[in-house]
Amino acid sequence: MIYFDNSATTKPYKEVLETYSKVSEVYFGNPSSLHTLGKEAEMLLDQGRDQIAKLLKVNKKEIIFTSGGTEGNNLAIKGTALEHKNRGKHLITTSVEHASNYEAFAQLEKFGFEVTFLNVNESGEISISELKDALRDDTILVSMIHVNNELGSIQPIKEVGELLKDYPKVYFHVDHVQGMTKVPISFKDCYIDLCTISGHKFHGPKGTGVLYVRQGVKLFSLLTGGVQENNLRAGTENIPGNVAMAKALRLSMGKFVDNKNHLNELRNRLVNSLREIDGIVVNSPDNGAPHIVNFSLPGIKPEVVIQALGERKIYVSTKSACSSKLNEPSRILMVTGLGQERAESAIRASFAFENTKEEVDEFVNALKIIFLQLKEVMR
Amino acid sequence: MNYNHIVIRYAELALKGKNRSQFERRLQENIKIALKPFPNVKIERTYGRMFVQLNGEDHELIAEKLSKIFGIHSFSIAVKVENTLEKIQDGALRAITEILEGNKTFKVSAKRANKGFPIDSQKLNYEVGGYILENTEGLTVDVHHPDIEVKVEVREVATYISCGVYKGSGGLPVGTGGKVVLMLSGGIDSPVAGYLAMKRGVKIEAIHFHSPPYTNERAKQKVIDLTKVLTEYGGKIKLHVVPFTKIQMEIHKVIPGNYTMTIMRRMMLRISERIAEQQKAFAITTGESLGQVASQTLHSMHTINEVTNMPVLRPLVTMDKLEVIDIAQKIGTFDLSILPYEDCCTIFLPPETSTKPLRDKAHKYEEKLDIEALIEEAVGNLDSFDILPGIEASKDFEDLL
Repeated sequence: MIYFDNSATTKPYKEVLETYSKVSEVYFGNPSSLHTLGKEAEMLLDQGRDQIAKLLKVNKKEIIFTSGGTEGNNLAIKGTALEHKNRGKHLITTSVEHASNYEAFAQLEKFGFEVTFLNVNESGEISISELKDALRDDTILVSMIHVNNELGSIQPIKEVGELLKDYPKVYFHVDHVQGMTKVPISFKDCYIDLCTISGHKFHGPKGTGVLYVRQGVKLFSLLTGGVQENNLRAGTENIPGNVAMAKALRLSMGKFVDNKNHLNELRNRLVNSLREIDGIVVNSPDNGAPHIVNFSLPGIKPEVVIQALGERKIYVSTKSACSSKLNEPSRILMVTGLGQERAESAIRASFAFENTKEEVDEFVNALKIIFLQLKEVMR
Repeated sequence: MNYNHIVIRYAELALKGKNRSQFERRLQENIKIALKPFPNVKIERTYGRMFVQLNGEDHELIAEKLSKIFGIHSFSIAVKVENTLEKIQDGALRAITEILEGNKTFKVSAKRANKGFPIDSQKLNYEVGGYILENTEGLTVDVHHPDIEVKVEVREVATYISCGVYKGSGGLPVGTGGKVVLMLSGGIDSPVAGYLAMKRGVKIEAIHFHSPPYTNERAKQKVIDLTKVLTEYGGKIKLHVVPFTKIQMEIHKVIPGNYTMTIMRRMMLRISERIAEQQKAFAITTGESLGQVASQTLHSMHTINEVTNMPVLRPLVTMDKLEVIDIAQKIGTFDLSILPYEDCCTIFLPPETSTKPLRDKAHKYEEKLDIEALIEEAVGNLDSFDILPGIEASKDFEDLL
């Protein structure tokens, strides 16, 4: 099997599953219970939180456990908008957001908020001057994806943070779901107020995630009830999931440190091979993330390619997994200006550290064969 | 990030005459322990000042640690430059640029500890101030109430330039004043008493009276967590957990209700004295405040205190509850203290307690108790362990994380 769909989800590490299973079995107490079992569960969760905070170089109190990227983005965006609406009702985001961001803003528009969607250039990047022009007295939030999940485009988070530093009334939220452990950023140096992370994108369990909430930032809670997660998210904590995610984060960050260039090598190898094939165009920008390669086979339906690759146990995807079942050209590729034909025929290969050069070569060979066969049939 | 140093100014140490270097060494040691999580920092000591070389470490996180260390009067994030006018001007400009936003006025305060430096302080103020004015926009000089004070300290080998001062915790370095034991209940007062005792330079060991199964594991954990908070101010702290169930049962059985609290406190004090002697501590610290509850009336203190000859330090004795709560919130113990677990002071609380217990009556009632045997047994079965600052991964959890 060759698994090149790591932007959709990653395979959990064996050690992560062991943790999940052991915690579920042994430390199953409710951390809010008064007895010993509850206390143990609470301590374990506390250590997991501490480990994540240390890895992210932030304070333990700034880590809010969520159920993943979608919840993190929703809590950050709606939580800021609803809490601070008296200060202003203008929000800024980009036109290349993940659906969980995009739809949250669409909802807020129905509630009377005004949203500016920033344009992007061919590489999928926003322009700082356009952002600067969009900022107003009643702007309360700027929210953007760090690494785009379809193209791998990287937004200039540091520059945005430095610009927003001079606008103390504007909160800065970053959707770091694709960037985590692949394109590192320092939350502090980038002046980030809120940052979303999802556990299953770095070999943790699904249904886990973290929203970083800088100390001093107030949010409107979307889930009310108990006082868990600093009153921001009621509900009994997912202890096995969160602890397993803490382990996955440690292991994945370790791999990044040990093997920074590995993903880049895979990416360059694939991009160079694809560029040699007549009829295939690479969509990802050269300066994009090291684990995502998006390319198009104009004139060919990508679903067919994906099925044919699947028969050979090679797994890639079309666009974002969250919207791949919608039969429309990719929204992201459209706004990037790549044109309808490329947006309709895009395929995404995304790597993890476990992938190898041999797998890339095998993938390219398979693709060439399938491509030739399809060209004959479809034209 | 232009700042590369932190300049630390001492609190009362300057008054210590011949013992001063000993105090300074201890402070340096305490700083070193607190900054252990930052492997790249280096701490240098010169007469009258200490310098933390940041070497790329996060100055905000370090400032947070330093603000908790006793013996520091204040500190500043600083730029270190060579002793030339050009470098000083350039450094001052870089330092002020970083904190410019929203500020309109500034002044330069130059000081020469190194009198060999050819430009005198007045002239230096003028030269550096002028340079900043030339190279910034919208800034003006205000020597009386400036938004930013740019401090320039010309010392022997280098010049330190800083803007803005962080307040330290004051007091004396923990460990310079010997050792005391702290009776730590888990309430709001006793952790604050421990904190204030440490502020005067003493090291503490905590004593907690635990009455399982009437007081549960969480009550004990709460005390461990409180002790952990105190370690941020005083480094490693030893916690002695005294098995107290049997004594409480005995008291409950033979002592009249209105004196049980008095006798219980006398037993606690005796046990604390015994532990203090064993650990070479020279005083007992409590969170008592005059008139707060029945055990803390003057009559009560008089009767309870009779059983020990050791100094009993009561840092909160004159404070109002609200003053104590303010400190508890500031030092981070309040939220833990108000967790609602029963402790041994509340569990057997009789319906009526004498607010004016007398020594004579206490003697008479205590005749029914085998005091020495009870103390021996409790002290013999102490559960003592060290609590270290920061979260130490529990061994049980290590392989899970």
